[in-house]
Amino acid sequence: MATEDLPSDFDIVILGTGLTESVVAAACSRVGQRVLHLDRRSYYAGNWASFTFNGLLTWIQEQNEEPKPEEVRDWSGLTEEGEELIHLSQADSASITNLQVFSYVSEEEEEEEAANTTEEEKAADEEAVKESSETESADSKEDDEEEEGAGEEEEQVRKSQRINQAEGEEPEVDQPRPSPSSQSEPSRKKISYAQLVKEGRRYNIDLVSKLLFSRGSLVDLLIKSNVSRYAEFKNVTRILTYRHGNIEQVPCSRADVFASRQLSVVEKRKLMRFLTSCVEETEEQTAYHGRPYLEFLQDQQLGDNLQHFLLHSIAMAAEDTPTEEGLASTRHFLRSLGRYGNTPFLFPVYGLGEIPQCFCRMSAVFGGIYCLRHSVHCLIVDRDANRCKAVIDSRGQRISCSHIVMETSYLDRSKVATPSRFLSRAVLITDSSVLPSESDQQISMVTVPPEGGSPAVKMVELSPSSMTCIPGTYLVHLTCRSVGSAHQDLSPLVTRMFRTTESQEEDRRPSVLWSLYFNMADGTASQVEGQPLPSNVHICHGPDSALGHEDAVQQAASIFQSILPEEEFCPPAPNPEDIVYDGDNTSTGTRGTRSCRALDLKNVQLEPEQNQNQGNPE
Amino acid sequence: MHGRVKVKTTAQQEEEKRKEREKKLKVYVAARDACFSKRKDGVFDDEALQLTQQLLSANPDFATLWNYRREILTHLETVKDEDEAQKIYEAELSFLESCLKVNPKSYGSWHHRGWVSARLPRPDWARELRLCDRCLSLDDRNFHCWDYRRMVVKMSSVPVKQELEFTDRLIGSNFSNYSSWHYRSTLLPLLHPGSPEPPPSRCDGDPPHSCSPPSPQTHFHRVCEEQLLKEYELVQNAFFTDPNDQSAWFYYRWLLGRAEREEMISCAYVSREQERVAVAFSRPVNAQSGSLLLVLDGQPQRVEWRSVHPHFKHSPVWICDLPPGTISDIANEHNLTVHWTEKHTHRDCALYTGRSESWCRDTATDLELFRSELSVEKTSVLQSELQSVNQLQELEPLNKWCLLTIILLMRALDPLGYEKETLAHFQTLKEVDSMRSAYYSDLCSKFMIENTILKMEYAEVRVFSISDRNLTTLCHLDQLLLVTHINLSSNQLRRLPPQFAMLQCLEVVEADNNSIENLEGVYHLPKLEEVSLKNNKISTLADLQPLASCPKLRRLDLRGNPVTQTANVESELAELLPSVADLLL
Repeated sequence: MATEDLPSDFDIVILGTGLTESVVAAACSRVGQRVLHLDRRSYYAGNWASFTFNGLLTWIQEQNEEPKPEEVRDWSGLTEEGEELIHLSQADSASITNLQVFSYVSEEEEEEEAANTTEEEKAADEEAVKESSETESADSKEDDEEEEGAGEEEEQVRKSQRINQAEGEEPEVDQPRPSPSSQSEPSRKKISYAQLVKEGRRYNIDLVSKLLFSRGSLVDLLIKSNVSRYAEFKNVTRILTYRHGNIEQVPCSRADVFASRQLSVVEKRKLMRFLTSCVEETEEQTAYHGRPYLEFLQDQQLGDNLQHFLLHSIAMAAEDTPTEEGLASTRHFLRSLGRYGNTPFLFPVYGLGEIPQCFCRMSAVFGGIYCLRHSVHCLIVDRDANRCKAVIDSRGQRISCSHIVMETSYLDRSKVATPSRFLSRAVLITDSSVLPSESDQQISMVTVPPEGGSPAVKMVELSPSSMTCIPGTYLVHLTCRSVGSAHQDLSPLVTRMFRTTESQEEDRRPSVLWSLYFNMADGTASQVEGQPLPSNVHICHGPDSALGHEDAVQQAASIFQSILPEEEFCPPAPNPEDIVYDGDNTSTGTRGTRSCRALDLKNVQLEPEQNQNQGNPE
Repeated sequence: MHGRVKVKTTAQQEEEKRKEREKKLKVYVAARDACFSKRKDGVFDDEALQLTQQLLSANPDFATLWNYRREILTHLETVKDEDEAQKIYEAELSFLESCLKVNPKSYGSWHHRGWVSARLPRPDWARELRLCDRCLSLDDRNFHCWDYRRMVVKMSSVPVKQELEFTDRLIGSNFSNYSSWHYRSTLLPLLHPGSPEPPPSRCDGDPPHSCSPPSPQTHFHRVCEEQLLKEYELVQNAFFTDPNDQSAWFYYRWLLGRAEREEMISCAYVSREQERVAVAFSRPVNAQSGSLLLVLDGQPQRVEWRSVHPHFKHSPVWICDLPPGTISDIANEHNLTVHWTEKHTHRDCALYTGRSESWCRDTATDLELFRSELSVEKTSVLQSELQSVNQLQELEPLNKWCLLTIILLMRALDPLGYEKETLAHFQTLKEVDSMRSAYYSDLCSKFMIENTILKMEYAEVRVFSISDRNLTTLCHLDQLLLVTHINLSSNQLRRLPPQFAMLQCLEVVEADNNSIENLEGVYHLPKLEEVSLKNNKISTLADLQPLASCPKLRRLDLRGNPVTQTANVESELAELLPSVADLLL
């Protein structure tokens, strides 16, 4: 595809491969529209992407690059009478800000595993010496990257590291030092930076941290459209909450409530009764409309424990959230419960970045054409009709189309208002779980209620079973609505819940090995300014701050509706063997599809009728 | 570049599927016929094994083929050495695993697996147990697998503790699982046997587990108190979490226990006039088997024992007639002993001079008679259980399981003291669970009868009066062997059942204002003189037939019954019941 010209006529040109755009692409291709799907980036999914560790380092550099001055070329040769150009942006808009990286692992080459105590102590001492010299540690970090990172620009590495090092308040090294008390317990396996880089390909680090509600619109869409055959999922195994400085398990399913040791039997009954009763709307509930959910909960005589669980972990609401909203999110949570497991959530194996790609794959199966590192310079608008007739791509080819779908960042900056809301994100690589249990396969959702002005934080802890991190490490995603910078918003919590400094005393908290903070614009806050766009140009905003994917799916559905009001949105795709290709009667069929039918019972496969009780012994 | 997509039409797909099915059927039928003919010819070769395997993997419920397969395998076993046999059987096990994937609830596959496992020269029980774990984690109610598991556990002597932990896990993941609770109830007594009596105080240092070994006879299914308390907690967690889940409640009922009454002769009665002996047992027995021996004044008597009604082969009350003249002289004193040889127990009864009848019974059992439903020894435990279930009832005032359990606990604690509450709870139960209102009515009748019997015992009278109590059924009639007057008026009884014939001393029956249409049980009552059946539903003369067997009946009140409308009723009755002098129609 790289050298040949693209066809010059499409029904729909889509810019950006985020979730919304990819769903639109799949939906349009599925009903026979000719789709050209482009992304100026070298990877799929835009701000919805998942990166390997090394990929993430590259992404960090890119974010720190100065945007290149926009090259203005004269395309008038390609336009006709009555046509006018809308220039598009060639670089990412300022959706990512306040990027900060901290590393707490040994910068040295891997040490001998069998090193005896004295050697380790010596190594630790050396570490302490190194600590004082920040530039040195920064240099060795660069060395590692230079060895690994093919095609990376050294200048940028140096620059990004400088920026990070400027944030000097946090200690840089956390080397667990063998102390007499800790010698008896199995010492945590130390992971070095070199190891993170070396095994970096086994990380899948999401830029947005979301989960799929088992009965949310994304799961429904995946099932309905048969796109689910391209992906596999893990159940989130437990819901935790951070309370009074402790991590507690939130009993949300019947089995959890039964097994809970924190609740008295009476509390169990009250909780179960509340959960069953709030599924249906009652007059009592309507009476609380407009009043805070918390007030409603208090009047149910549920007690502090249960109120906390219901408000923060189940409804994930704020204290002033109105009752009807709180009840709606409680119901959403409960409806999703028990469909695939004991919690309402699913997480895609290999990370969230898989999902947009699955839809792209579906689009490709139905004829969609894909190009990465390929963009559109400008739109050609018919002045009279105020409709976009064609685009000029980054190679200067004129491609006509009847609809354009694009992500906000493709619009010229002058056309987009500065985002009014941001998300604060932190990504941590840690060495153990926040709540160790018998199983090291736990995927946990942790809710942290707002406290003293700091916002409520949603935290997802992924274990290696999710195929997003290497054994011996956990990947922790923190998300909240921004008040200050990501670091200001989240680092106080991180230092409370995790070990970021070397401490002598017994400390069971997980150690942070590496962390990244950044702010991402809240997609729902982005607004198009100035001249209205032609009516056949459809804008997709980026990820929102909610935990689920309802916003993106709803957005995609409404864009599809406005493009093709007569067509069904993502009807079930036929089985690959039932697809007949022109001039191909042998119907081998599986072209372009990846069959993921491997029966791994631990992974959830979304199927229209999932019957948990149907035993299928293996 | 991908081609444009076209999708096969439904008709095309159907056609393809139909052809596929036809082809499959042909192959299947051919293989089946081949198998049958081979079996007919007595061929036990590898090919037959192959053929049956093909068929069974498609249809694991083909019992004949499993049988054939077993024939082949037993044959092969005789011609091969042990190692080869081991190999063949191991292959069989992995084949079975694939069958179980097709149908995890196939009788044939599970049975065959049990058969193979038992014949395997070197069985790997650990693997079989893992298979059970796996299957039960996929479907925790697969009873085939539960059965197989029990076999595996037995064959490989899996520690009871390990099995108990297994039930912990299953119950933890889903407590609506009666299989697991039940399994638990069989394991706990083995692991934590309860002591039959309060442990005797010992002077030497008590071993840490003071639970003495279970007495095999009556208390083998009991669990020691310490463990019981833990189980109460577990099961309470379950029914507080989901009070509508019956499996937890059933387990709770089991935990609260069910006393088994000692097997004994509870009463012996002798009547001089009828020259008859009646014996009541603590449970229904068959006395015709010759296990009952009557000794009169030291002389074994040859008597014929019969139950009170021809309906009963087993009955708690048996009667016999003494040879004429043996005790008829009122001036004589007689000593009577009834031996129950089977149970090595007996009961004496002395008939003194001048007395027309005599009886001997155990007064000690009176109080314990009806507490048998729940037999936890300590009332303090019952008291605290009642408290927590009451707590649940406050939260769930309309939960039927909760109400029923409260009733049972109250009965175990103080049946008379809680009578009012019990009745109120029954009323609620009938309303919230109207489908079973008849069951609750019967149960309530039973409890009311028990209470009335208790009151009668305390009053030491032979009058049993239970009018206007909404009785729907009669029970415990064996306890009324000595009653002379019974008043059942103003209830909802529909019959006087055959058991009614146990009231061997009965003289007067009042059963007005019921819905009685059947008098089967008024049968050979030797002393019955008066029967009042006003306002009932006796409609034909044939319904009154049983009364003809009562020789002393002289007064009968049938006012307000349909039968009184029958033509010639008076003359017909005079013929049917010649002894009745006082007939009210």
